[in-house]
Amino acid sequence: MLRQYETVFILTPVLSEVQMKEAVAKFRDMIVANQGEIVYEEAWGLKKLAYPIQKKTTGFYHLIGFKADPELIAKLELQYRRDERVIRYLTFAMDKHAIAYADKKHGSAKEAAPVKEEKPAPKPKKPVVDDDIEIIDEED
Amino acid sequence: MATNNEIRFLNPPTVEVKKKKYCRFKKAGIKYIDYKDPEFLKRFLNEQGKILPRRLTGTSLKYQRKVAQAVKRARHLALLPYVTDLLK
Repeated sequence: MLRQYETVFILTPVLSEVQMKEAVAKFRDMIVANQGEIVYEEAWGLKKLAYPIQKKTTGFYHLIGFKADPELIAKLELQYRRDERVIRYLTFAMDKHAIAYADKKHGSAKEAAPVKEEKPAPKPKKPVVDDDIEIIDEED
Repeated sequence: MATNNEIRFLNPPTVEVKKKKYCRFKKAGIKYIDYKDPEFLKRFLNEQGKILPRRLTGTSLKYQRKVAQAVKRARHLALLPYVTDLLK
């Protein structure tokens, strides 16, 4: 009954490095304690937000990819809502294409660097020739 | 007297060569659109951050839905703005 999920949360920038790590560890432990299995993790670090959230313009982004029972998600999200250090979160149930994409992205990077900011092996999502969308006028 | 029956135009007739639209995802074999990649998603937005319609980008319906979903996720995570001016 395990499904693979990906969860991203944004922590408030007022935390110190240690406090931030502690908050991340809390959620990580929570997943593990509830029979979840962490597949990969990414710390994006302090990033600028595209728009202010709770009057903050930056935040610590952290991503965890994990396999878990669907019941865990409700518990995890409840914890997110209760924790005032989390200013935004998103949990995403992955389909087979998403899993394939994540495996590709993390598969090669796993032994080199477990937590990496940049994607080491991006999918060839950019076709070689046509980089821009051509805006074609609508035919009448 | 114009003996040649060749038709002459003052302005050369504009021959519209219609470029066939295609779905870039189908063409490149992309199955999953990552919501964590705002730079890629920006190609499907206008400069106000609105999602471009299919009739302009040529994306097939299946992938347009996925693009829209990914853009909305990225907006929620403050990777893309909801409203803006002069994006890109």
